[in-house]
Amino acid sequence: MAKQETESAAAVIDAVCAPDWTEILRQMILVRRFEEATEREFRRGKIGGYLHVYIGQEAVASGIISALRKGDILFTGYRDHAHALMLGSDPGRVMAELFGKSTGISKGKGGSMHLFDVEHGFYGGYGIVGGHLTLATGAAYALRYQGTDRITVCYFGDGAMNIGPFHEAMNMAGLWGHEGMAPIIFIIENNGYAMGTSVERHSALTDLAARVRAYDIPSEKVDGQDVFAVRGVAERVIRQVRENGTPYCIEAVTYRFSGHGAADILQPYRSKEEVEQHKHRDPIVILRNRLSELCGLKDDDVKRMEDAAAEEVARALKFAEESPQPEADELYRDVVAE
Amino acid sequence: MSEKSYRDAIRDAMIEEMDRDANVLIMGEDIGVYEGTFRITAGMLKKYGPKRVIDTPIAEAGMAGTAVGMAMLGLRPIVEMMTMNFAIVAADQILNHAAKIRYFSGGQVDVPVVIRGPQGAGVQLSAQHSQTFESFYGHFPGLKVVAPATPADAKGMLKTAIRGRDPVIFLESAALYGMKGEVPDDADFTVPFGESRVVREGGDVTVVSYSRMMQLSLSAAQRLSKDENIECEVVDLRTLRPLDLEPAYTSVTKTHRCVVVQEQWKPFGAAAEIAASITENVFDELDAPVERVTGEDVPMPYARNLELLATPHEEQVMNAVKRVMYRE
Ligand SMILES: Cc1ncc(C[n+]2csc(CCOP(=O)(O)OP(=O)(O)O)c2C)c(N)n1
Ligand SMILES: [Mg+2]
Repeated sequence: MAKQETESAAAVIDAVCAPDWTEILRQMILVRRFEEATEREFRRGKIGGYLHVYIGQEAVASGIISALRKGDILFTGYRDHAHALMLGSDPGRVMAELFGKSTGISKGKGGSMHLFDVEHGFYGGYGIVGGHLTLATGAAYALRYQGTDRITVCYFGDGAMNIGPFHEAMNMAGLWGHEGMAPIIFIIENNGYAMGTSVERHSALTDLAARVRAYDIPSEKVDGQDVFAVRGVAERVIRQVRENGTPYCIEAVTYRFSGHGAADILQPYRSKEEVEQHKHRDPIVILRNRLSELCGLKDDDVKRMEDAAAEEVARALKFAEESPQPEADELYRDVVAE
Repeated sequence: MSEKSYRDAIRDAMIEEMDRDANVLIMGEDIGVYEGTFRITAGMLKKYGPKRVIDTPIAEAGMAGTAVGMAMLGLRPIVEMMTMNFAIVAADQILNHAAKIRYFSGGQVDVPVVIRGPQGAGVQLSAQHSQTFESFYGHFPGLKVVAPATPADAKGMLKTAIRGRDPVIFLESAALYGMKGEVPDDADFTVPFGESRVVREGGDVTVVSYSRMMQLSLSAAQRLSKDENIECEVVDLRTLRPLDLEPAYTSVTKTHRCVVVQEQWKPFGAAAEIAASITENVFDELDAPVERVTGEDVPMPYARNLELLATPHEEQVMNAVKRVMYRE
């Protein structure tokens, strides 16, 4: 009996320590360093417009994206750098987009809010809160219509649940799911706030996962700071959605450590203490500690990852800096096809 | 050639394109089981099944947005708006998404979605159900906006819309659904966008219009010819975006006088754009200011007499023609 228990514990540790997890940690560190760099570059005036970073929420993107297959596709809002990088977009081209350069991932025409990389399954990058939920639902329909088993993942914030297209998309996904025509996972990035309006102040029902059940979409909550938890749910849900063509919703409870956008400096809607308290549950630290406790991850290994991330970000910055601005004739390109 | 109604021309275009390409599907409210508010889609659910003829909930933003997503993934959805008045609810999905995704993605996706439906006044539907939208959509880069005036154009342009790579706002004139005309039988008959044409030749005054107002302008031109010995040259724009005004410029160079006719309100309307462009391009040819004939600047009233007062009629076109000839 005792022996059996040790054996199964070992099996769990084996799974926990599969190389995938160090890759996930590597990605999360890279995204963190990348985002910190964008905040610096924004202050230096190298990045214009709005800038919304993902610091604190990394596990929500990586836990799900790491479980996807090639061919799966993703839609999200304007807080989109992490999703692009985790799907495999080149950090240099992402940074170049933020710098408004011709080598940018959207040729410098989209900026921070409109990253786009179809080759890696990234269908944007949208700036109107909740506007992309319908697009993602239609895209999911198309994937089934074409007879594939590819799925769509659609990220959005807690605040997006209060706008009309959210409800229209949910209802249509629920309906189409009855026909097996809605292979889509909706992921609520519940970071507690829509800009400065807390969930308690913007949603009559604060149990956000419960709200989608009104549309016959099953849902569950997950600790969005714990990438193990997110990844665990993701694997099960992805399998189910892929198999049945039915929608599912995951509410990832998370927290953004930075301001809403780069201009959100005073943050009168929350206290410093509140932010500090949440920083104790940093998704990167949680994963790192877990890997050192269970899998023998060494400080040196982490140091190597940190150095590699710093190097990669430096390379991205250099590439963005040295890339040319778009030619003037780009202005009229891509308005329409013909 | 066969004689077809404007309604059947639209229907034939959709059926031919659905037969031709499995990626074409149609969605909208009550288009399937109910067979369509204007019966344009009657029988199509039976023919193509519910995966290709999708009855949607009453969710204009939902249907426009999902269609955009389908289009980005390679399908060619046609969205039937019960009337274009309801598409205002989907304005964000159309104007802020469909029209802009190609651009802000740096050209990474096509968005071949067709949003079509009837518009216009004439049957006492009052303020919320009688509007026209060409200047509204025509304002936005990234869209194509067409407003055919004949069954042949309706068919040929809808096929172009479905086969294209960009979002198309296909504005049908509800009042023309029953109108008959000769339509080519060739399954590959299409009418390109951005090609205006002269539908009636004449040397005295150029009348520029589109959709139902083109038919109204033609009738006015015939009466002017018969009663007043005035010969109008009537130009049918057919496409509002991209807008081809070359035939109008050529015509004005000959007639030196121009009247623009539209059903919608005067302020910031299509006629303002057309008149300004004519002034910019052939100013030296003009012997009189360009006149505009438009609907009255009020929400559409219900009472029949008031509705008639609010919409352009032939006499107004005739009077405008005479004014630019200084014959009033
Ligand atoms: C339709 C619309 N209204 C308002 C805004 C301005 N705005 C941008 S982000 C945001 C808050 C959204 O919060 P949430 O959905 O929770 O996402 P988060 O920023 O927390 O990731 C608002 C109000 C917008 N972009 N679009
Ligand atoms: Mg939020």
